Amino acid sequence: MLDIKNLHAAVEGNAILKGINLTVKPGEVHAIMGPNGSGKSSLASVLAGRESYEVTDGSVDFLGKDLLDMSPEVRAREGLFLAFQYPVEIPGVSNINFLKTAVNEIRAYHGEPPMQAKAFLDMLKSKQKLMEFDANLMNRSLNEGFSGGEKKRNDIFQMAMLEPKLAIMDETDSGLDIDALRIVSAGVNKLRSKDNAFVIITHYQRLLEYIVPDFVHVLYNGRIVKSGTKELALELEEKGYDWLKEDIRLEEPVQ
Amino acid sequence: MTTATKHISFNEALPALFGAQFSANGWFAGREAALQQFLALGGIPTVKVEDWKYTNVVPFFKNDIQITLPEVPEVTAAQLEAAATLIPDAHRLVLVNGVLQQHLSQLPPAAQVTVSRLSEAGTQPAVELYFNQSPKINEHHFAQLNSALFNDGLFIEVKAKAIVEQPIQVIHLYAAGQSRLFNPRHLVVVNEGASVQIVESAAGLGLTDTVVINSVTESIVAERAQLSQYQLQTGGNQLRFINQNLVEQKGKSLYNNYTFTLTDSDFVRNNLNISLDEERTETHMYGFYIAAGTQVIDNHTSVDHRMPHCESNELYRGVLLDKATGVFNGKIYVHEDAQKTNAFQQNNNLVISPEATLFTKPQLEIFADDVKCSHGCTIGQVSEDALFYLRARGIGEAEARNLLVKAFAFDITAKVTIPAVRKHVEQIASQYLNA
Repeated sequence: MLDIKNLHAAVEGNAILKGINLTVKPGEVHAIMGPNGSGKSSLASVLAGRESYEVTDGSVDFLGKDLLDMSPEVRAREGLFLAFQYPVEIPGVSNINFLKTAVNEIRAYHGEPPMQAKAFLDMLKSKQKLMEFDANLMNRSLNEGFSGGEKKRNDIFQMAMLEPKLAIMDETDSGLDIDALRIVSAGVNKLRSKDNAFVIITHYQRLLEYIVPDFVHVLYNGRIVKSGTKELALELEEKGYDWLKEDIRLEEPVQ
Repeated sequence: MTTATKHISFNEALPALFGAQFSANGWFAGREAALQQFLALGGIPTVKVEDWKYTNVVPFFKNDIQITLPEVPEVTAAQLEAAATLIPDAHRLVLVNGVLQQHLSQLPPAAQVTVSRLSEAGTQPAVELYFNQSPKINEHHFAQLNSALFNDGLFIEVKAKAIVEQPIQVIHLYAAGQSRLFNPRHLVVVNEGASVQIVESAAGLGLTDTVVINSVTESIVAERAQLSQYQLQTGGNQLRFINQNLVEQKGKSLYNNYTFTLTDSDFVRNNLNISLDEERTETHMYGFYIAAGTQVIDNHTSVDHRMPHCESNELYRGVLLDKATGVFNGKIYVHEDAQKTNAFQQNNNLVISPEATLFTKPQLEIFADDVKCSHGCTIGQVSEDALFYLRARGIGEAEARNLLVKAFAFDITAKVTIPAVRKHVEQIASQYLNA
C-alpha cells in the first residue's frame, strides 16, 4: 500500500528526513516512535503534502501511484488521511458543511455523483454513534472553541466519514486525558480492517496499549534506526531513547 | 460648441445649470445656500482633501455628465423582479430615479408608518424639525451638492411606540439614457419607543452609460427607539455610489447599520456619520466588502460620542482581489463630556492579490478620561494552516480558499438578526463569492 524509499526532506534548507525506508501493507498498523525532534511529525507532513517541506531525494509509492507527485487534496482523495497533531480551528465554516464538501469532492474525484442529503445525514448519524461523537458539535464551526480532546475526536470522526485506506495519526494522543484516549483508540480499533492501514506516530508507549501495532519503528535524526514488534515499544518505555542514541553514535562516521 | 464646453469644469458649469432648474424647485429654501457652501468647500473634492485622499472622484464628473432633473420612466412589476431580489414577507418601497412608485410598492400600515415622497412632505412637522439639520452636514461636499440638487426621495416616519414587525425593503431603481448624476434624498424618523428595520438596495435599469448616485439619508432615532438599516450594495456595473448616511441617536436608543458591498460597480464610497446626542445609546456597525477587478470601495465612518454612557461597536471586513482598491477610515470622537464611553472598532482585511491595495486608518480622538476604547486593523492572507487542513480532507485548493473567504464573510452576515434578511444577504454573498 505504502512504499517509502530513501526519503529525504528539508525545511528551509535544513535536512529533516535523511533516508526513510518503510513499507506498509493493507491490514497493518505501524507505530513510529522516537525522541522529540527526530522527524516524526515531519514524516507525517511530508506524506500529507505540506508545502513548506521540500523533498530532496527518494520516492513514495501509494497504491501504485507516485504520492509525491500529488497535491494534498489528491492524496486525500486517493485515500490518505492525516489526523493532525493540532487540528485547526476555522470559524465560520460549519463542521457539517465542511464534511459534506469533503465527502462530495472525494466522490467527484472517483466519478461518483454527490451524496443525497438523506443518505449523507444517515451516514453522519451512524458514524457519530460508532465514534461516540457529540452530535451538538456537528452544527458548530469547525473545531472553534472545541477542547483539545474534542478536536482530536473530531479528526477521528472525520476519518470515519472519509473512510481512508491509509491513516497517519500524528501524535493523536498528545494532550488527551485517559478517557479521551480510550474513546479515540476505540474509534480507531473499530475502523481497523484487513483493507486499510494505520501509521501511528507517538512519543509514548501508552497509546499502543490501546491500539496494538503490528510493527514498531524508532525514528532518530531523520532515519529509522530500529524496527521490531510491539515488544520494542515496551523496551523503549522501560529504557528510554538514550541507549539507542548511544548505539547510533557508535555506528555513525566520525565527523 | 462641443469642443468649447469640454474645457469648462463641473464646478464652473454648475451655477448656470442650477439657476435654470433647481433654484426654485420644491419647498426646500436652502438650495442656493447649499450650492454656495459646496462651491466654498471647493466643489468636487480632489485627492488633496484629506477625506478623499485615496479616492479620486474628479474623473467621474466630466462635463458631459447630466445634472438636469431626471425623468421618471414607467417601470413594470416584471422589470422590478428582473432587477431586484424581493424579500418575502416584507413591506416594499420602490423608487425610480428617486421617485416613489405606488404601483410597485407595498406600504407598511399607515397606523404605524407614514411614507411619502420627500417632495410632498414639506409641511410635515418632522421634516421641519429634522430635514437638513444633521450636525456637520455643512462639512460634506457631496451632502451640500445633494442639498442643492436633490429631486425627490423618501420620507419615512415611524410613529411613537410602533413596532414594525416586517422589515421595510427599499429598492432604488435608476434609469437613464446617458451619463448622469442622481441626487436622491431621504429622511427617516423613528419616534420614541418605535422599532423598524429598513433594507435598501439599488439597481440600474437598462443603463447605457455610467451614472453617479449621490445619495443622502438623514436618520433620527428618538428616545428608546430602535432602527436597523441595511445597505445591500449589489447593483450593476454602470452605477457609481456616493452615499452619505447621517444618523442622530437620542437617549437609550439602539441603532444598527449593516453595509454589505458586493457589487460590480466600479466605485462605491460610503459615508456613515453617527452622532450620539444623548446618554445611554447603543450602536452597532457591521460592514463587509469585496473588491475585484479595478474597483474602488471606500468606507468612511465616524461616531461622535457626545454624552456619557454610550456604547459603539464597529466591525468591518473586506476581501481585496485583482487590482482593486479598498479604503477604510473609522473615526471615533469621544467628547469631553462623554465619560464612561465604550467604543470598539475592528477592521480586518484579506488582501488576496499582490496587486490589490488597501488603506485602513483607525482615527480615535478622545477628550474624556474615563472611557474604554479599542481599535484594531489587520491586513492578511487566508491562513495557510486552515487551507492545508481543508485540502488534507480532499477539498480542492480553489474550493478551500472559497470556503475560507466565505467563512470570513459569514462571520459578519451572522450578525444579521432577521432570518429572512440574513438568508437574503447570504444568498447574495454566496452568488457573488462563487462567481
